[in-house]
Amino acid sequence: MIALDINGHTHQVYADPETPLLWVIREWLGMTGTKFGCGIAQCGACSVHIDGQVMRSCSVQVGSLDKAKILTIEGLSPDGLSHPVQKAWLQHEVPQCGYCQSGQIMAAAALLAANPKPSDADIDEAMSNICRCGTYNRIRTAIHTVSSGAV
Amino acid sequence: MKLNRRHFIVSAGAGAFTLGWKLPHALAQGVAAQGVAAQGVAAQGVAVPAEIGIWAVVHPDDTVMVRIARSEMGQGTMTGLAQLVADEMDADWVHVRAEYVAPEVNLARKRAWGDMSTGGSRGIRASVEYVRQGGAAARAMLIQAAAAKWGVPASECTTAASVVTHTPSKRTLRYGELAEAASKLPVPSNVAVKNPADWKIIGKGVKRLDTVDKLNGRQIYAIDVQLPDMLNATIAQSPVFGGKLVSFDAKAIAAMPGVRHVLAVGDNAVAVVADKFYQAKTAMAKLPIVWDEAGNGEVTSAMIAKALAEGLDAKEAGVGLKQGDVAVAFAAAAKKIEAVYSAPFLNHATLEPMNCTAMVTVDPARGDRVEIWVPSQNGEASLAAAAEAGGVKLSDVKVNKLSLGGGFGRRGQQDYTRQAVLVAKQVPGRPIKLIWTREEDMQHGYYRPITQCKLTGSMDAAGNVTGIHMRISGQSILAYLNPAAIKDGIDPVQFQSMNPAEFGYMAVPNLLVDHAMRNTHVPVGFWRGVNTNQNTIYMECFIDEMAAAAGKDPLEFRRAMMGKNPKHLAILNAVAEKAGWDKPLAPGVYRGLCQNYGYGSYVAAVAEVTVSPKGELKILRIVAGTDPGYVVNPDQVDAQVDGSFAFGLGALLYSEITLDKGRVVEGNFDSYQVARMSDMPRVETIHRPSGGFWGGVGEPTIAVAAPAVLNAIFAATGKRIRSLPIKDQDLRKA
Ligand code: FES
Ligand code: FES
Repeated sequence: MIALDINGHTHQVYADPETPLLWVIREWLGMTGTKFGCGIAQCGACSVHIDGQVMRSCSVQVGSLDKAKILTIEGLSPDGLSHPVQKAWLQHEVPQCGYCQSGQIMAAAALLAANPKPSDADIDEAMSNICRCGTYNRIRTAIHTVSSGAV
Repeated sequence: MKLNRRHFIVSAGAGAFTLGWKLPHALAQGVAAQGVAAQGVAAQGVAVPAEIGIWAVVHPDDTVMVRIARSEMGQGTMTGLAQLVADEMDADWVHVRAEYVAPEVNLARKRAWGDMSTGGSRGIRASVEYVRQGGAAARAMLIQAAAAKWGVPASECTTAASVVTHTPSKRTLRYGELAEAASKLPVPSNVAVKNPADWKIIGKGVKRLDTVDKLNGRQIYAIDVQLPDMLNATIAQSPVFGGKLVSFDAKAIAAMPGVRHVLAVGDNAVAVVADKFYQAKTAMAKLPIVWDEAGNGEVTSAMIAKALAEGLDAKEAGVGLKQGDVAVAFAAAAKKIEAVYSAPFLNHATLEPMNCTAMVTVDPARGDRVEIWVPSQNGEASLAAAAEAGGVKLSDVKVNKLSLGGGFGRRGQQDYTRQAVLVAKQVPGRPIKLIWTREEDMQHGYYRPITQCKLTGSMDAAGNVTGIHMRISGQSILAYLNPAAIKDGIDPVQFQSMNPAEFGYMAVPNLLVDHAMRNTHVPVGFWRGVNTNQNTIYMECFIDEMAAAAGKDPLEFRRAMMGKNPKHLAILNAVAEKAGWDKPLAPGVYRGLCQNYGYGSYVAAVAEVTVSPKGELKILRIVAGTDPGYVVNPDQVDAQVDGSFAFGLGALLYSEITLDKGRVVEGNFDSYQVARMSDMPRVETIHRPSGGFWGGVGEPTIAVAAPAVLNAIFAATGKRIRSLPIKDQDLRKA
C-alpha cells in the first residue's frame, strides 16, 4: 500500500510501486482532469506539480512519491477558476478542444511561480507541452497577462 | 459525470417538427437506407413542454437551450451554431446554453436535425439555413403565444433580448413565461430570416459556451468516462496494414495483475481486458501474437516513392481541370520550367487517443441492446457502426456523444467504435472502455495521402504565364473510403482547390490538372484541410518559381494571372497590404506569400522568416486573410486560423509517417514531431467577409501556411524545398 498526498488529502492506494502516477490518479483515484496523451513524457498532457515542480506524471512511478506533495489540476484553486492562470485562460479563451489544457495550465502555473515575469524565450523553453489544436499563441498571451497583473 | 442531458425524448409527430424544410436528397436516401421508419413515434403523442420547434428549449428561468447536431471538437461550432439560432430568436445571449441532440433521437425523429457529420468545415456553413429558420420559427411562436395571451395581433409585437413587447401598450412578457404556451403551437414554415444588417449576436465575438470546465479538469472527454462495473481494455491491431490475426497465447499473460480476458477483435486485432487500462497495456506488451502479413510485409517508403514517381509521367491520368491546350502553350513557350514536389503520409494524432466505451446488454426477450460513450465527429456513423458490430437494430443503440480531445477528420471514421462493441459483446453486461495507446494511434490512422507532383509551366517572352500542367501522382482518399464515388478513375476530392470552380488563376489560357492514381495498402482519410494542403503547396510554390524565373515580384506576377478571379485577388491584396508587402523589411527578414480557395472561403497569407547562416529557420510572423462570406464569431475565426497554422506548420517542419516492413515506423511524439510553442509565429488575422455565401473557417487557412513559409525560405536562401517535411534539410544559403 502506498500513501499519496494529493491536493492536500492523503490517499491510500493498492498499486504496484512501478505504476506511473498518471494512472494511479486517473484509474485508482478516479480523478480524470490529468490527461493521457503519450505515456513517454513527450506531450505534457499529464503534467502535475510534485513538491512545486511541474512533472509529467506518466513518467513518475508512485513508489517514489512517499512524502511528496502532489498537486493536480483539480487542486489548483478551491473553486476551479480563481487561480490567476485560470482567470487569464478564461479571459483570452485559450482552450479549443481543451484536452491539453490541464497540462498547459499546470505548466504555466509552475513557470509563473518560479519566474513571475517570463520572457518569450522563457515561455518557449518552459511550455513545451503539445497542443494539437494550436492554442500556443493564446497561451503565450495569457501568460503575459498574468505576469503583467492584468487578470 | 456530465453526459448529454436529454430532457426531451421521442416526442409527438416527428413530421410536425420538421418545419417543412426538405432534407437534402442524399440525406433523405440515407434515412431510407438505414431503414428507419416512424417506428410508432407519432403514436406516442407525448407533448414536450418548452420545446419550441426543434432547435431550442426555453426554460421558465429564461434559459434558452439550443440543440446542436454537429460535434464540438474544439472548433467552436457549438457556440457558433447557438449564435445563429439565438440571433434569429432574439434571445438574450447571457441565457443561451447548448446541448447535443442524441443520434438515436435524430434517427427516431426522421433526422429532423439533419446531418450530424462534422467535417469539411461544414459545421456552420452546411446547416446555417435550417438552424436560422429554426430560430426564426421559434421567435414567431413566442410572439404568437404572447399575442394570444394579450388578445392582440401578432403584428403589434416585437422581440428583443428574450422579451416580447406589445408596442402600443408597452406590455412585456419574458420568453420563460411564454415557453409553455409557445411549445404547443404549430411550428410555422418558411419564416423569413433576418437581414445580415439586423444581426445582433451573429458576427460578434461572444464568449464560447464551453470554456469553464476546460480550465479545471471537469470537462469529461470520452476517455474519462467512468461507469459502475466498468472494465478497461487496450488493443493490438495487425501492425502490417491488411494483415490478419492468426493466434495469440492468452495463457502467457493470464496471471498478470488485473487481467480478465484476452479476446480476438474481428479478424485483425486482439484486446486485453483488465481492471485498469494501465494493467491491460502492461499485459499487452507481453502478449505473444502471430500475424499473417497478407503479403504486405515487405513494403517500404522507398517502394511507394518509386511507384508514385512513375505516375508523374504516366500516360493515363484522371483530369480535374482542363482549359485550352498546354501542349500547344509549351511548344510555343519562350521559357519553360519544371519542378517535382512531394508530401508524405501524415497522422492526425489527436491529443486524446482513439477510445470508446461500450456496453452490450443481452436480452433474449426484447433483443440485445448496445450503448456507447464515444468521441465522434459523426454521431450517426457511430450509431450505425455500433449496431453493425453489436448485431442489433439501429433503434437498439444508444449513443452518448462525449467531448472530443481533437478530431481533425480522424473521428469521422468509426474503427474504434466498432472494436469497443466487438469487445463488449464478448463481456456482456459490463461497460468496457477501450483505449488505444499512442503507439497504436500513430500506427493505425487514416493518414493524409502521400502524393508527388510534377509541375510544368510556360511563359511568353514578356514573362506572362501561358500554360501550367500540374500532374499529381498518389493515393486517393475516396478509392480507399468510398470506391463507389470514383467515376471514370477520377476522385474529385483529389482536385480540391484545383478545379475550375475553385482555382484562382483561371485567366491563364492553358491549364491542365490531372491525377495518376497510385494506391497503396496504407489506409487514408480526411486530415484537416485534406488535399488542399498538398495541392496548394505544390501550386503556390511553383508559381513562385515561375515568378522568380520571370524576374518578377511574386505579388505582381500573381495579380497578372487573377483577372478572372476577383475574390481570390481581393483577399491576396488585403493580406499584402496588411503585411506591408511594398515596404522594406528589417535586415535579415524575408517574406513569401500565397493564396487559395477551399471549403467555401478565400484565403491568403504572407509569412516572414529569418534563416541563420547555420540554416536555422525562425518563422516570425504570418498575416492571414479570410473571406468566408460571413463571419459568425470573429474571435473563434481567429482561433481557428491560429490553430490551422500550428497544424500546418508542424506538418511542414517535422511530421512524416514512413513505412518499413509494411508497417508504420513512427510510434509516438518523439518520432512523429508536431509544432510546439517555440515553432509558432505571431499570427495576425484579417477578415474580409464579402457577403452572399457561407464559407468554412476550420480548414481553409491551413493550406496557405506552408507555401507562404516555403516561399519566404526561398527569398531568404535562394533554396527551393520541394520535399516535405523540412526537418533534416539543409537551409543554408544556396
Ligand atoms: S502523457 Fe505524460 S507527457 Fe504525454
Ligand atoms: S486545446 Fe485541443 S489539444 Fe490543446
